[in-house]
Amino acid sequence: MDQIRHKVAIVGAAETDDLGQLPHMSRLALHAQSARNALDDAGISLGDVDGLLCAGAIPNEVAEYLGIQPRYIDGTSVGGCSFMIHVRHAVAAIMAGYCDVALVTHGESGRSGVDAPRGGSASSPGGQYEAPFAIGGAPTTFSIPVLRHFHEYGTTKEHLAHIAAATRAWANLNPMAMMGSHRRAPERGGGPITPQDVLNSRMICYPFNLLDCCVVADGGGALVLVSEERAKDYAKDPVYVLGAGEAAAHWMVSQMRDHTTADGYRIAGEAAYKSAGLGPQDIDHCMFYDAFTFTPLMAAEDLGFVPKGEGGPFFAETRTGPDGEVIYKSGPGGDFPMNTNGGGLSYCHTGMYGMFAIIESVRQLRGECGDRQVPDVNVSMAHGPGGMFASAGTLILANA
Amino acid sequence: MADYAGRLPVATPESQPYWDGLKEHKLMLPTCDPCGPFFYPRPFCPEPGCFSWDIDWTQASGKGKVHTFVISHQPIPPYNSEDNPPPYVIAVIELEEGPRMMSNLIIDDPYQTKVDMDVEIVFDDVTDEVTLPKFKPV
Repeated sequence: MDQIRHKVAIVGAAETDDLGQLPHMSRLALHAQSARNALDDAGISLGDVDGLLCAGAIPNEVAEYLGIQPRYIDGTSVGGCSFMIHVRHAVAAIMAGYCDVALVTHGESGRSGVDAPRGGSASSPGGQYEAPFAIGGAPTTFSIPVLRHFHEYGTTKEHLAHIAAATRAWANLNPMAMMGSHRRAPERGGGPITPQDVLNSRMICYPFNLLDCCVVADGGGALVLVSEERAKDYAKDPVYVLGAGEAAAHWMVSQMRDHTTADGYRIAGEAAYKSAGLGPQDIDHCMFYDAFTFTPLMAAEDLGFVPKGEGGPFFAETRTGPDGEVIYKSGPGGDFPMNTNGGGLSYCHTGMYGMFAIIESVRQLRGECGDRQVPDVNVSMAHGPGGMFASAGTLILANA
Repeated sequence: MADYAGRLPVATPESQPYWDGLKEHKLMLPTCDPCGPFFYPRPFCPEPGCFSWDIDWTQASGKGKVHTFVISHQPIPPYNSEDNPPPYVIAVIELEEGPRMMSNLIIDDPYQTKVDMDVEIVFDDVTDEVTLPKFKPV
């Protein structure tokens, strides 16, 4: 399993020029602009791309739109973790010689809905067995496992609220973060929040208040990957793929085998650790997909950072900083730096957020993060679910 | 009933007996011998390692427990009118026979819902053609 370790590197990573409300851009234009920015980041021209991987679009749609004819394509589109899975597949494709330069693209008009396909068939399993019960998107389905976890392990809403507050503290250090103090005024909900603010915010779908939920945005992101032999030829320091894993555990959240454990997280995580030859103790920095506050808690447990059921108290641990400020476990200055871009909760969430988690891992490993740079990040994990804990993708990335 | 606002299921050939059963106010489950009843309807047994295509239909008791739930405050049809406003409960029900299914819990105060509370089926004839399986506390 260790044959993929350090064989392929990410040499380009970027978002679209802006994130948030972009009604002037369609889904495919978001793919294209993020592709341009990632290729510019690497110093590679579009003409050199011969592998294309994307989600939320058929590879042919993106290839035609960009005007390229790749000889390797992958349209795995299983939700937010699709891009972690694309990186894993790109590693294999480059090692097999199926392509030399792999471009992974994401673009989603998640807020403005410009060419945003919606809904499924009323005859699909979801259409027959979930939709008739007034399912209203992710807040009413990603929430389904949570109260079972509360019931079995004593996890509380107060525990979850600390994750939102910690993640907002990172957003306040990121000029791109939608809810950070750089971009959004306090009277419009931007800037620092406390766990009590989370509990006081409007109820969306119990147990999730508004501030337990991610933002809803338009945007995109892209990555460029090449073999380790070529990785040093480009503009930026390479970020090597040490390990990767993926899984499909179920599709409908009502059919999740155990609502307190994401089987997909475990399967993907174990494969990533095994291929990297590393364990949780070796990871310096974590990007755990946070569509809701509960989502990264499940990751910390199922990827072995904390025993099952202990995620709540783990994340709710705080200490007081030198100036009397609250330092959250997963926030700036905390000993479990997580979601340092401000996360889906406070930075950006288009619908398939996983791309942005990978981009932040790359930037932390390159040391490009300015005020939010975590010291001594040499190994980073980017992990996410697709659907409601249905699929999963895990990457272990390193700067050497 | 003709103006029911919620989303309606459309049966496939494989699930037709399930929806036909509900219309007759029977909860029919596809059942494998020996693995037992399962959900949702498929023409084979999804138990890992079984994959038998020898499936019968058996009637479930309609009794179960709330395995987990949420309380939606969103105005999603049909919970979007003055007569039928949010909040409402979306629950995963664990049937007495073992399988789990999503449903709504019919309860005066959604915040009185508890994990593991005992429930029983209510057949909600939302249109002339479609009956949805919902549940209420026992």
